[in-house]
Amino acid sequence: MPRVIEVKNLVKRYRKADTNAVDNLSFSVDAGEFFALLGPNGAGKTTTISILTTTLAKTSGAITIAGFDVDRSASSVRKNIGVIFQQPSLDLNLTAEENVRLHANLYGLYPFRPTYVLMPEPYQKRVRELADVLGISDALFDPIKTFSGGMRRKLEIIRSLMHHPRILFLDEPTTGLDPVSRKNLWEYLRQVRNQERTTVFLTTHYLEEAEDADRICIIDHGKIVSLGTPAEIKKGLIEEYILMDVKDQKALRSELTHLGIEFSVADLFRVSLNGKTAYQIIKAIHTPLTVLKIHNPTLEEAYLEMIQREAE
Amino acid sequence: MIRRALNVLAKRLVKSMPDWHSHEIMHELNAIITIAYRDLTKFLRDHPRLFISFVFPLLFIGVLGKTFDANLGSMAGFNFLTFVFTGVLAQVLFQSTASGVISLIEDRENDFSQAIFIAPISRYSIILGKILGESLVSLSQAIGIIIFGLILGIPLTLGTFFTLIPAAIIACFLGGAFGIFVLANLGTQRRANQIFPLVIFPQIFLAGAINPIKHLPPILFFLSRITPLTYAVDLVRNVYYAGTPEYSKTVLHGTITNLAVIILFFTAFLTLGTYFFVRNERNK
Repeated sequence: MPRVIEVKNLVKRYRKADTNAVDNLSFSVDAGEFFALLGPNGAGKTTTISILTTTLAKTSGAITIAGFDVDRSASSVRKNIGVIFQQPSLDLNLTAEENVRLHANLYGLYPFRPTYVLMPEPYQKRVRELADVLGISDALFDPIKTFSGGMRRKLEIIRSLMHHPRILFLDEPTTGLDPVSRKNLWEYLRQVRNQERTTVFLTTHYLEEAEDADRICIIDHGKIVSLGTPAEIKKGLIEEYILMDVKDQKALRSELTHLGIEFSVADLFRVSLNGKTAYQIIKAIHTPLTVLKIHNPTLEEAYLEMIQREAE
Repeated sequence: MIRRALNVLAKRLVKSMPDWHSHEIMHELNAIITIAYRDLTKFLRDHPRLFISFVFPLLFIGVLGKTFDANLGSMAGFNFLTFVFTGVLAQVLFQSTASGVISLIEDRENDFSQAIFIAPISRYSIILGKILGESLVSLSQAIGIIIFGLILGIPLTLGTFFTLIPAAIIACFLGGAFGIFVLANLGTQRRANQIFPLVIFPQIFLAGAINPIKHLPPILFFLSRITPLTYAVDLVRNVYYAGTPEYSKTVLHGTITNLAVIILFFTAFLTLGTYFFVRNERNK
Protein backbone atom coordinates (compact mmCIF):
# COMPACT_ATOMS: atom_id res chain seq x y z
CA MET A 1 0.00 0.00 0.00
CA PRO A 2 1.34 3.46 -0.81
CA ARG A 3 2.43 5.60 2.08
CA VAL A 4 0.56 8.88 2.43
CA ILE A 5 2.46 10.19 5.42
CA GLU A 6 6.17 9.75 5.84
CA VAL A 7 7.99 11.30 8.78
CA LYS A 8 11.74 10.89 9.18
CA ASN A 9 13.72 12.14 12.17
CA LEU A 10 11.34 14.99 12.88
CA VAL A 11 12.68 17.46 15.43
CA LYS A 12 10.96 20.60 16.66
CA ARG A 13 12.47 22.99 19.14
CA TYR A 14 10.46 26.13 19.81
CA ARG A 15 12.26 29.41 19.90
CA LYS A 16 13.59 30.18 23.37
CA ALA A 17 13.04 26.56 24.50
CA ASP A 18 15.86 24.42 25.93
CA THR A 19 14.36 21.07 25.04
CA ASN A 20 12.86 19.57 21.92
CA ALA A 21 9.06 19.50 21.87
CA VAL A 22 9.31 16.76 19.28
CA ASP A 23 12.47 14.71 19.46
CA ASN A 24 13.50 12.57 16.49
CA LEU A 25 10.12 11.11 15.52
CA SER A 26 9.96 8.67 12.62
CA PHE A 27 6.86 6.87 11.41
CA SER A 28 4.78 6.38 8.31
CA VAL A 29 1.09 5.94 7.56
CA ASP A 30 -0.37 3.86 4.74
CA ALA A 31 -3.20 4.99 2.47
CA GLY A 32 -6.57 4.22 4.03
CA GLU A 33 -5.08 3.53 7.44
CA PHE A 34 -6.55 4.79 10.70
CA PHE A 35 -3.52 6.00 12.62
CA ALA A 36 -3.67 7.29 16.19
CA LEU A 37 -1.04 9.44 17.84
CA LEU A 38 -1.54 8.89 21.54
CA GLY A 39 0.08 10.60 24.47
CA PRO A 40 -0.50 12.68 27.58
CA ASN A 41 -0.89 16.46 27.48
CA GLY A 42 2.34 18.13 26.45
CA ALA A 43 3.70 15.01 24.77
CA GLY A 44 4.12 16.81 21.44
CA LYS A 45 0.95 15.69 19.66
CA THR A 46 -0.34 19.10 18.64
CA THR A 47 3.15 20.21 17.66
CA THR A 48 3.47 17.16 15.42
CA ILE A 49 0.06 17.61 13.80
CA SER A 50 0.73 21.34 13.27
CA ILE A 51 3.93 20.53 11.41
CA LEU A 52 2.24 17.82 9.33
CA THR A 53 -0.56 20.23 8.38
CA THR A 54 1.92 22.99 7.37
CA THR A 55 0.99 25.58 10.01
CA LEU A 56 4.26 25.21 11.93
CA ALA A 57 7.82 24.98 10.62
CA LYS A 58 9.95 22.05 11.76
CA THR A 59 13.48 22.37 13.10
CA SER A 60 14.82 19.40 11.16
CA GLY A 61 13.75 16.14 9.56
CA ALA A 62 11.96 15.16 6.37
CA ILE A 63 8.20 14.97 5.91
CA THR A 64 6.11 14.10 2.90
CA ILE A 65 2.31 14.21 2.92
CA ALA A 66 0.48 12.64 -0.02
CA GLY A 67 3.84 12.61 -1.79
CA PHE A 68 4.54 16.32 -1.28
CA ASP A 69 7.22 17.90 0.87
CA VAL A 70 5.63 19.98 3.65
CA ASP A 71 8.06 22.86 3.20
CA ARG A 72 8.59 23.00 -0.54
CA SER A 73 5.04 22.13 -1.63
CA ALA A 74 2.95 23.38 1.28
CA SER A 75 0.12 24.40 -1.02
CA SER A 76 -0.12 20.93 -2.60
CA VAL A 77 -0.08 19.38 0.86
CA ARG A 78 -2.93 21.66 1.93
CA LYS A 79 -5.02 20.66 -1.09
CA ASN A 80 -4.76 17.03 -0.05
CA ILE A 81 -5.60 17.28 3.62
CA GLY A 82 -8.59 18.11 5.77
CA VAL A 83 -8.11 19.25 9.36
CA ILE A 84 -10.37 19.17 12.40
CA PHE A 85 -8.79 21.47 14.94
CA GLN A 86 -8.71 21.09 18.68
CA GLN A 87 -10.48 24.45 19.00
CA PRO A 88 -13.81 24.74 17.18
CA SER A 89 -13.22 26.43 13.84
CA LEU A 90 -16.66 27.64 12.84
CA ASP A 91 -17.94 31.19 12.64
CA LEU A 92 -20.81 31.29 15.09
CA ASN A 93 -22.62 34.21 13.46
CA LEU A 94 -22.68 32.51 10.09
CA THR A 95 -25.07 29.75 9.09
CA ALA A 96 -24.00 26.14 8.66
CA GLU A 97 -24.24 26.49 4.90
CA GLU A 98 -22.18 29.70 4.92
CA ASN A 99 -19.42 28.01 6.90
CA VAL A 100 -19.30 25.23 4.34
CA ARG A 101 -19.51 27.70 1.43
CA LEU A 102 -16.58 29.80 2.68
CA HIS A 103 -14.51 26.66 2.87
CA ALA A 104 -15.46 25.56 -0.63
CA ASN A 105 -14.60 29.03 -1.93
CA LEU A 106 -11.21 29.11 -0.22
CA TYR A 107 -10.29 25.75 -1.70
CA GLY A 108 -11.28 27.00 -5.13
CA LEU A 109 -13.91 24.29 -5.55
CA TYR A 110 -16.52 26.80 -6.64
CA PRO A 111 -16.34 30.51 -7.43
CA PHE A 112 -17.41 32.93 -4.71
CA ARG A 113 -21.07 33.96 -4.68
CA PRO A 114 -22.70 35.95 -1.90
CA THR A 115 -25.74 33.67 -1.54
CA TYR A 116 -26.53 29.97 -1.62
CA VAL A 117 -28.98 30.42 -4.50
CA LEU A 118 -26.27 31.89 -6.71
CA MET A 119 -23.87 29.00 -6.10
CA PRO A 120 -23.55 26.41 -8.89
CA GLU A 121 -25.90 23.40 -8.91
CA PRO A 122 -23.23 20.78 -8.02
CA TYR A 123 -22.37 22.72 -4.88
CA GLN A 124 -26.00 22.93 -3.80
CA LYS A 125 -26.43 19.24 -4.45
CA ARG A 126 -23.36 18.24 -2.44
CA VAL A 127 -24.32 20.43 0.50
CA ARG A 128 -27.87 19.08 0.55
CA GLU A 129 -26.58 15.50 0.37
CA LEU A 130 -24.18 15.99 3.24
CA ALA A 131 -26.83 17.79 5.29
CA ASP A 132 -29.13 14.82 4.79
CA VAL A 133 -26.47 12.39 5.95
CA LEU A 134 -26.01 14.53 9.06
CA GLY A 135 -29.68 15.05 9.61
CA ILE A 136 -29.27 18.83 9.73
CA SER A 137 -31.17 19.70 6.56
CA ASP A 138 -33.64 21.75 8.58
CA ALA A 139 -30.88 23.67 10.34
CA LEU A 140 -28.70 24.22 7.29
CA PHE A 141 -29.55 27.92 7.13
CA ASP A 142 -29.51 28.54 10.87
CA PRO A 143 -26.59 30.28 12.62
CA ILE A 144 -24.07 27.87 14.11
CA LYS A 145 -24.60 29.37 17.55
CA THR A 146 -27.90 27.49 17.76
CA PHE A 147 -26.04 24.17 17.22
CA SER A 148 -24.98 21.73 19.95
CA GLY A 149 -21.29 20.88 20.39
CA GLY A 150 -21.76 17.51 18.69
CA MET A 151 -23.56 19.02 15.70
CA ARG A 152 -20.78 21.59 15.30
CA ARG A 153 -18.13 18.88 15.27
CA LYS A 154 -20.05 16.95 12.65
CA LEU A 155 -20.39 20.04 10.52
CA GLU A 156 -16.64 20.56 10.74
CA ILE A 157 -16.09 17.04 9.46
CA ILE A 158 -18.51 17.64 6.61
CA ARG A 159 -16.73 20.85 5.76
CA SER A 160 -13.29 19.27 5.85
CA LEU A 161 -14.48 16.58 3.43
CA MET A 162 -15.85 19.03 0.83
CA HIS A 163 -12.60 18.98 -1.13
CA HIS A 164 -12.20 15.19 -0.90
CA PRO A 165 -8.94 15.20 1.06
CA ARG A 166 -6.76 12.09 0.98
CA ILE A 167 -5.93 12.48 4.65
CA LEU A 168 -8.14 13.74 7.43
CA PHE A 169 -6.29 15.08 10.48
CA LEU A 170 -8.20 15.25 13.76
CA ASP A 171 -6.55 16.98 16.72
CA GLU A 172 -8.25 15.77 19.91
CA PRO A 173 -11.64 16.10 18.27
CA THR A 174 -13.71 15.03 21.27
CA THR A 175 -12.48 17.83 23.54
CA GLY A 176 -15.52 19.41 25.15
CA LEU A 177 -18.04 16.85 23.87
CA ASP A 178 -20.43 14.90 26.07
CA PRO A 179 -20.25 11.07 25.98
CA VAL A 180 -23.19 10.70 23.57
CA SER A 181 -21.74 13.20 21.10
CA ARG A 182 -18.41 11.42 21.36
CA LYS A 183 -19.94 8.10 20.51
CA ASN A 184 -21.83 9.60 17.58
CA LEU A 185 -18.69 11.26 16.30
CA TRP A 186 -16.79 7.95 16.16
CA GLU A 187 -19.75 6.29 14.52
CA TYR A 188 -19.84 9.00 11.90
CA LEU A 189 -16.08 8.84 11.33
CA ARG A 190 -16.33 5.11 10.75
CA GLN A 191 -18.96 5.78 8.12
CA VAL A 192 -16.78 8.38 6.44
CA ARG A 193 -13.81 6.03 6.35
CA ASN A 194 -15.91 3.32 4.76
CA GLN A 195 -17.44 5.64 2.17
CA GLU A 196 -14.58 7.93 1.23
CA ARG A 197 -11.63 5.65 2.01
CA THR A 198 -9.95 8.58 3.68
CA THR A 199 -6.77 8.07 5.67
CA VAL A 200 -7.40 9.23 9.23
CA PHE A 201 -4.69 10.67 11.46
CA LEU A 202 -5.96 11.18 14.98
CA THR A 203 -4.34 12.65 18.06
CA THR A 204 -5.84 11.92 21.43
CA HIS A 205 -4.91 11.48 25.04
CA TYR A 206 -7.65 8.92 25.60
CA LEU A 207 -6.55 5.38 25.01
CA GLU A 208 -10.09 4.13 24.38
CA GLU A 209 -10.34 6.49 21.41
CA ALA A 210 -7.18 5.02 19.91
CA GLU A 211 -8.16 1.39 20.41
CA ASP A 212 -10.12 1.28 17.14
CA ALA A 213 -7.12 2.48 15.16
CA ASP A 214 -5.20 0.21 12.79
CA ARG A 215 -2.01 1.38 14.43
CA ILE A 216 -1.22 3.41 17.51
CA CYS A 217 1.87 5.49 18.09
CA ILE A 218 2.36 6.43 21.73
CA ILE A 219 4.59 9.43 22.31
CA ASP A 220 5.76 11.18 25.42
CA HIS A 221 8.21 14.04 25.83
CA GLY A 222 8.35 14.20 22.04
CA LYS A 223 9.67 10.64 21.69
CA ILE A 224 8.04 7.44 20.52
CA VAL A 225 7.34 5.11 23.43
CA SER A 226 5.53 2.43 21.50
CA LEU A 227 4.33 1.92 17.93
CA GLY A 228 2.23 -0.86 16.47
CA THR A 229 -1.22 -2.40 16.20
CA PRO A 230 -3.34 -2.21 19.36
CA ALA A 231 -2.56 -5.90 19.98
CA GLU A 232 1.17 -5.36 19.61
CA ILE A 233 1.04 -2.31 21.83
CA LYS A 234 -0.79 -4.33 24.43
CA LYS A 235 1.86 -7.03 24.31
CA GLY A 236 4.71 -4.57 24.62
CA LEU A 237 3.10 -2.38 27.19
CA ILE A 238 1.53 -4.87 29.50
CA GLU A 239 3.65 -6.77 31.93
CA GLU A 240 1.82 -9.65 33.53
CA TYR A 241 3.29 -11.08 36.69
CA ILE A 242 2.42 -12.63 40.02
CA LEU A 243 3.51 -11.22 43.33
CA MET A 244 3.82 -13.75 46.10
CA ASP A 245 5.33 -14.23 49.52
CA VAL A 246 5.96 -17.16 51.81
CA LYS A 247 7.17 -17.79 55.35
CA ASP A 248 9.98 -20.00 54.13
CA GLN A 249 11.63 -17.89 51.43
CA LYS A 250 14.45 -20.35 50.89
CA ALA A 251 12.04 -23.15 50.01
CA LEU A 252 10.21 -21.07 47.40
CA ARG A 253 13.49 -19.88 45.93
CA SER A 254 14.73 -23.42 45.36
CA GLU A 255 11.35 -24.60 44.15
CA LEU A 256 11.06 -21.84 41.54
CA THR A 257 14.65 -22.40 40.41
CA HIS A 258 13.97 -26.10 40.19
CA LEU A 259 10.83 -25.51 38.08
CA GLY A 260 12.79 -23.15 35.82
CA ILE A 261 10.46 -20.21 36.49
CA GLU A 262 11.98 -16.72 36.22
CA PHE A 263 11.57 -14.53 39.26
CA SER A 264 13.02 -11.58 41.12
CA VAL A 265 12.81 -10.70 44.77
CA ALA A 266 12.28 -7.27 46.21
CA ASP A 267 9.86 -7.10 49.14
CA LEU A 268 7.89 -9.83 47.46
CA PHE A 269 8.67 -12.51 44.93
CA ARG A 270 7.87 -11.27 41.47
CA VAL A 271 7.23 -14.05 38.98
CA SER A 272 6.82 -13.22 35.28
CA LEU A 273 4.12 -15.16 33.49
CA ASN A 274 6.09 -15.46 30.24
CA GLY A 275 3.16 -16.82 28.28
CA LYS A 276 1.95 -19.16 31.02
CA THR A 277 -1.29 -18.52 32.85
CA ALA A 278 -1.23 -17.55 36.50
CA TYR A 279 -3.11 -20.74 37.31
CA GLN A 280 -0.44 -22.98 35.74
CA ILE A 281 2.27 -21.38 37.85
CA ILE A 282 0.41 -21.41 41.11
CA LYS A 283 -0.61 -25.01 40.58
CA ALA A 284 3.04 -26.00 40.16
CA ILE A 285 4.14 -24.49 43.45
CA HIS A 286 3.80 -26.51 46.64
CA THR A 287 5.36 -24.12 49.16
CA PRO A 288 2.47 -22.56 51.15
CA LEU A 289 1.98 -18.91 50.09
CA THR A 290 1.13 -16.09 52.47
CA VAL A 291 0.63 -13.40 49.79
CA LEU A 292 -0.66 -13.80 46.26
CA LYS A 293 -1.35 -10.96 43.84
CA ILE A 294 -1.89 -11.27 40.11
CA HIS A 295 -0.88 -8.24 38.09
CA ASN A 296 -2.84 -8.30 34.84
CA PRO A 297 -3.65 -4.70 33.88
CA THR A 298 -5.96 -3.59 31.12
CA LEU A 299 -4.42 -1.64 28.27
CA GLU A 300 -5.80 1.52 29.85
CA GLU A 301 -4.08 0.79 33.17
CA ALA A 302 -0.85 -0.12 31.41
CA TYR A 303 -0.98 3.18 29.51
CA LEU A 304 -1.54 5.14 32.71
CA GLU A 305 1.32 3.27 34.40
CA MET A 306 3.57 4.09 31.51
CA ILE A 307 2.69 7.78 31.64
CA GLN A 308 3.24 7.88 35.37
CA ARG A 309 6.60 6.19 35.02
CA GLU A 310 7.56 8.74 32.38
CA ALA A 311 6.44 11.57 34.59
CA GLU A 312 8.65 10.49 37.49
CA MET B 1 -41.30 38.41 -7.65
CA ILE B 2 -38.60 41.07 -7.99
CA ARG B 3 -36.25 38.92 -5.93
CA ARG B 4 -36.75 35.99 -8.26
CA ALA B 5 -36.19 38.11 -11.31
CA LEU B 6 -33.00 39.42 -9.75
CA ASN B 7 -31.82 35.91 -8.99
CA VAL B 8 -32.42 34.80 -12.57
CA LEU B 9 -30.58 37.85 -13.82
CA ALA B 10 -27.67 37.24 -11.46
CA LYS B 11 -27.46 33.60 -12.52
CA ARG B 12 -27.26 34.62 -16.19
CA LEU B 13 -24.53 37.07 -15.34
CA VAL B 14 -22.60 34.40 -13.47
CA LYS B 15 -22.89 32.00 -16.42
CA SER B 16 -21.55 34.58 -18.83
CA MET B 17 -18.35 34.98 -16.80
CA PRO B 18 -15.17 33.41 -18.20
CA ASP B 19 -14.09 30.03 -16.90
CA TRP B 20 -12.40 31.05 -13.68
CA HIS B 21 -11.15 27.60 -12.76
CA SER B 22 -8.21 27.60 -15.11
CA HIS B 23 -6.50 30.59 -13.58
CA GLU B 24 -4.36 30.49 -10.50
CA ILE B 25 -4.86 34.24 -10.09
CA MET B 26 -8.63 33.79 -10.18
CA HIS B 27 -8.31 31.23 -7.40
CA GLU B 28 -6.41 33.72 -5.24
CA LEU B 29 -8.85 36.52 -6.09
CA ASN B 30 -11.69 34.23 -5.17
CA ALA B 31 -10.03 33.59 -1.82
CA ILE B 32 -9.46 37.32 -1.20
CA ILE B 33 -13.12 38.11 -1.87
CA THR B 34 -14.23 35.19 0.31
CA ILE B 35 -12.12 36.37 3.25
CA ALA B 36 -13.30 39.98 2.84
CA TYR B 37 -16.95 38.95 2.54
CA ARG B 38 -16.66 36.88 5.70
CA ASP B 39 -15.30 39.83 7.66
CA LEU B 40 -18.09 42.12 6.58
CA THR B 41 -20.84 39.54 7.19
CA LYS B 42 -19.47 38.74 10.63
CA PHE B 43 -19.48 42.43 11.53
CA LEU B 44 -22.99 43.11 10.27
CA ARG B 45 -24.39 40.13 12.18
CA ASP B 46 -22.62 40.96 15.43
CA HIS B 47 -25.10 43.44 16.86
CA PRO B 48 -23.33 44.28 20.14
CA ARG B 49 -20.13 44.97 18.18
CA LEU B 50 -22.09 47.10 15.70
CA PHE B 51 -23.52 49.13 18.55
CA ILE B 52 -20.19 49.60 20.35
CA SER B 53 -18.42 50.59 17.15
CA PHE B 54 -20.75 53.58 16.86
CA VAL B 55 -20.66 54.72 20.48
CA PHE B 56 -17.11 56.09 20.57
CA PRO B 57 -17.25 58.13 17.38
CA LEU B 58 -20.60 59.51 18.47
CA LEU B 59 -19.14 60.47 21.85
CA PHE B 60 -16.20 62.18 20.18
CA ILE B 61 -18.30 64.08 17.70
CA GLY B 62 -21.43 64.68 19.75
CA VAL B 63 -19.86 65.56 23.08
CA LEU B 64 -16.33 66.68 22.31
CA GLY B 65 -17.18 68.41 19.05
CA LYS B 66 -20.23 70.12 20.46
CA THR B 67 -18.50 71.34 23.62
CA PHE B 68 -15.45 72.56 21.74
CA ASP B 69 -17.64 74.36 19.28
CA ALA B 70 -19.78 75.99 21.97
CA ASN B 71 -16.77 77.25 23.94
CA LEU B 72 -13.93 77.73 21.46
CA GLY B 73 -15.69 77.91 18.12
CA SER B 74 -15.79 81.67 17.87
CA MET B 75 -12.05 81.97 18.65
CA ALA B 76 -10.96 79.39 16.11
CA GLY B 77 -12.76 81.10 13.29
CA PHE B 78 -14.19 77.85 11.92
CA ASN B 79 -16.93 75.44 12.89
CA PHE B 80 -15.37 73.09 15.43
CA LEU B 81 -18.09 70.48 15.15
CA THR B 82 -17.35 70.00 11.45
CA PHE B 83 -13.64 69.94 12.21
CA VAL B 84 -14.02 67.16 14.77
CA PHE B 85 -16.47 65.31 12.53
CA THR B 86 -14.02 65.13 9.61
CA GLY B 87 -11.14 64.20 11.91
CA VAL B 88 -13.02 61.45 13.71
CA LEU B 89 -14.29 60.10 10.40
CA ALA B 90 -10.72 59.61 9.13
CA GLN B 91 -9.54 58.33 12.50
CA VAL B 92 -12.30 55.69 12.73
CA LEU B 93 -11.58 54.46 9.21
CA PHE B 94 -7.87 54.18 9.96
CA GLN B 95 -8.13 52.77 13.48
CA SER B 96 -10.94 50.32 12.87
CA THR B 97 -9.21 48.80 9.85
CA ALA B 98 -5.90 48.60 11.72
CA SER B 99 -7.39 46.90 14.77
CA GLY B 100 -9.40 44.54 12.58
CA VAL B 101 -6.28 43.45 10.76
CA ILE B 102 -4.41 42.99 14.03
CA SER B 103 -7.11 40.56 15.16
CA LEU B 104 -5.50 38.09 12.73
CA ILE B 105 -3.20 37.13 15.63
CA GLU B 106 -6.06 36.01 17.79
CA ASP B 107 -7.99 34.59 14.87
CA ARG B 108 -5.29 32.09 14.11
CA GLU B 109 -6.33 30.12 17.18
CA ASN B 110 -10.05 30.71 16.86
CA ASP B 111 -13.08 30.14 14.71
CA PHE B 112 -12.97 29.87 10.95
CA SER B 113 -9.65 31.70 10.64
CA GLN B 114 -7.80 28.52 11.65
CA ALA B 115 -9.18 26.97 8.50
CA ILE B 116 -8.09 29.99 6.44
CA PHE B 117 -4.49 29.39 7.46
CA ILE B 118 -4.47 25.79 6.22
CA ALA B 119 -6.32 26.54 2.97
CA PRO B 120 -4.28 26.14 -0.21
CA ILE B 121 -3.99 29.88 -0.77
CA SER B 122 -1.14 32.36 -0.67
CA ARG B 123 -0.38 34.11 2.63
CA TYR B 124 -0.50 37.35 0.66
CA SER B 125 -4.11 36.63 -0.26
CA ILE B 126 -4.94 36.20 3.42
CA ILE B 127 -3.45 39.61 4.19
CA LEU B 128 -5.08 41.36 1.24
CA GLY B 129 -8.43 39.72 1.96
CA LYS B 130 -8.19 40.78 5.58
CA ILE B 131 -7.32 44.41 4.71
CA LEU B 132 -10.15 44.54 2.19
CA GLY B 133 -12.63 42.97 4.60
CA GLU B 134 -11.75 45.24 7.50
CA SER B 135 -11.91 48.24 5.16
CA LEU B 136 -15.47 47.27 4.27
CA VAL B 137 -16.25 46.98 7.98
CA SER B 138 -14.82 50.46 8.62
CA LEU B 139 -16.68 51.94 5.67
CA SER B 140 -19.99 50.62 6.95
CA GLN B 141 -19.17 52.21 10.31
CA ALA B 142 -18.47 55.45 8.46
CA ILE B 143 -21.97 55.41 6.97
CA GLY B 144 -23.36 55.43 10.50
CA ILE B 145 -21.09 58.31 11.48
CA ILE B 146 -22.10 60.34 8.44
CA ILE B 147 -25.79 59.83 9.18
CA PHE B 148 -25.16 60.99 12.75
CA GLY B 149 -23.29 64.01 11.37
CA LEU B 150 -26.23 64.91 9.16
CA ILE B 151 -28.57 64.72 12.14
CA LEU B 152 -26.28 67.12 14.02
CA GLY B 153 -26.58 69.48 11.07
CA ILE B 154 -23.12 69.08 9.56
CA PRO B 155 -23.28 70.46 6.02
CA LEU B 156 -22.61 67.78 3.43
CA THR B 157 -23.50 68.09 -0.23
CA LEU B 158 -23.97 65.05 -2.42
CA GLY B 159 -20.92 66.10 -4.42
CA THR B 160 -18.72 66.23 -1.31
CA PHE B 161 -20.11 62.89 -0.18
CA PHE B 162 -19.02 61.23 -3.41
CA THR B 163 -15.56 62.78 -3.35
CA LEU B 164 -15.21 61.61 0.27
CA ILE B 165 -15.59 57.98 -0.80
CA PRO B 166 -12.14 57.55 -2.41
CA ALA B 167 -10.51 59.48 0.45
CA ALA B 168 -12.27 57.20 2.95
CA ILE B 169 -11.08 54.08 1.13
CA ILE B 170 -7.51 55.39 1.11
CA ALA B 171 -7.71 56.05 4.88
CA CYS B 172 -8.84 52.42 5.38
CA PHE B 173 -6.04 50.97 3.28
CA LEU B 174 -3.44 53.04 5.11
CA GLY B 175 -4.87 51.78 8.42
CA GLY B 176 -4.85 48.20 7.14
CA ALA B 177 -1.22 48.40 6.06
CA PHE B 178 -0.34 49.99 9.41
CA GLY B 179 -2.17 47.11 11.12
CA ILE B 180 -0.11 44.50 9.24
CA PHE B 181 3.06 46.33 10.22
CA VAL B 182 2.11 46.33 13.91
CA LEU B 183 0.83 42.75 13.73
CA ALA B 184 4.05 41.42 12.20
CA ASN B 185 6.01 42.74 15.16
CA LEU B 186 3.78 41.38 17.90
CA GLY B 187 3.73 37.83 19.16
CA THR B 188 0.48 37.41 21.03
CA GLN B 189 -2.97 38.93 21.17
CA ARG B 190 -2.36 39.90 24.78
CA ARG B 191 0.61 41.98 23.75
CA ALA B 192 -1.34 43.39 20.82
CA ASN B 193 -4.10 44.51 23.18
CA GLN B 194 -1.52 46.17 25.39
CA ILE B 195 0.36 47.85 22.59
CA PHE B 196 -2.50 48.93 20.34
CA PRO B 197 -3.73 51.88 22.47
CA LEU B 198 -0.11 53.05 22.67
CA VAL B 199 0.25 53.20 18.91
CA ILE B 200 -3.22 54.64 18.30
CA PHE B 201 -3.88 57.30 20.95
CA PRO B 202 -0.75 59.38 20.35
CA GLN B 203 -1.64 59.29 16.66
CA ILE B 204 -5.15 60.62 17.30
CA PHE B 205 -3.75 63.65 19.13
CA LEU B 206 -0.70 64.18 16.91
CA ALA B 207 -2.79 63.88 13.75
CA GLY B 208 -5.17 66.56 14.99
CA ALA B 209 -8.26 64.42 14.60
CA ILE B 210 -10.07 66.40 17.31
CA ASN B 211 -7.55 69.12 18.16
CA PRO B 212 -6.21 71.79 15.80
CA ILE B 213 -2.47 71.33 15.05
CA LYS B 214 -1.87 74.33 12.83
CA HIS B 215 0.56 75.71 15.39
CA LEU B 216 2.83 73.33 17.28
CA PRO B 217 6.11 73.53 19.23
CA PRO B 218 9.02 72.01 17.22
CA ILE B 219 9.08 68.56 18.86
CA LEU B 220 5.34 68.05 18.51
CA PHE B 221 5.51 69.42 14.98
CA PHE B 222 8.09 66.82 14.07
CA LEU B 223 6.14 64.00 15.74
CA SER B 224 2.89 65.02 14.10
CA ARG B 225 4.49 65.01 10.66
CA ILE B 226 5.83 61.46 11.04
CA THR B 227 2.43 60.22 12.21
CA PRO B 228 0.69 58.23 9.45
CA LEU B 229 -2.80 59.16 10.62
CA THR B 230 -2.00 62.87 10.11
CA TYR B 231 -2.12 62.42 6.37
CA ALA B 232 -5.34 60.40 6.37
CA VAL B 233 -7.07 63.07 8.47
CA ASP B 234 -5.67 65.86 6.32
CA LEU B 235 -6.72 64.10 3.11
CA VAL B 236 -10.31 63.78 4.30
CA ARG B 237 -10.33 67.46 5.35
CA ASN B 238 -8.83 68.45 2.00
CA VAL B 239 -11.76 66.86 0.28
CA TYR B 240 -14.37 68.12 2.73
CA TYR B 241 -13.20 71.74 2.95
CA ALA B 242 -12.24 72.08 -0.73
CA GLY B 243 -13.38 75.46 -2.02
CA THR B 244 -14.63 76.74 1.34
CA PRO B 245 -13.28 79.80 3.19
CA GLU B 246 -12.37 77.52 6.12
CA TYR B 247 -9.90 75.52 3.96
CA SER B 248 -6.80 77.51 4.89
CA LYS B 249 -7.58 77.32 8.61
CA THR B 250 -8.28 73.59 8.76
CA VAL B 251 -6.02 71.93 6.20
CA LEU B 252 -2.26 71.37 6.52
CA HIS B 253 -1.06 70.13 3.14
CA GLY B 254 -2.44 69.85 -0.37
CA THR B 255 -4.07 66.68 -1.66
CA ILE B 256 -1.03 65.71 -3.74
CA THR B 257 1.34 65.97 -0.77
CA ASN B 258 -1.00 63.88 1.37
CA LEU B 259 -1.42 61.24 -1.30
CA ALA B 260 2.32 61.03 -1.92
CA VAL B 261 3.10 60.55 1.79
CA ILE B 262 0.27 58.04 2.19
CA ILE B 263 1.54 55.99 -0.75
CA LEU B 264 5.01 56.01 0.80
CA PHE B 265 3.74 54.88 4.21
CA PHE B 266 1.37 52.33 2.68
CA THR B 267 4.08 50.68 0.56
CA ALA B 268 6.58 50.59 3.40
CA PHE B 269 4.11 49.18 5.96
CA LEU B 270 2.65 46.63 3.59
CA THR B 271 5.94 45.24 2.27
CA LEU B 272 7.73 45.17 5.62
CA GLY B 273 4.65 43.97 7.49
CA THR B 274 3.84 41.21 5.01
CA TYR B 275 7.46 40.11 4.85
CA PHE B 276 7.78 39.74 8.61
CA PHE B 277 4.31 38.29 9.03
CA VAL B 278 4.85 35.54 6.47
CA ARG B 279 8.33 34.85 7.84
CA ASN B 280 7.21 34.66 11.48
CA GLU B 281 3.93 32.93 10.87
CA ARG B 282 5.29 29.38 10.92
CA ASN B 283 8.52 29.97 12.83
CA LYS B 284 7.59 29.65 16.45
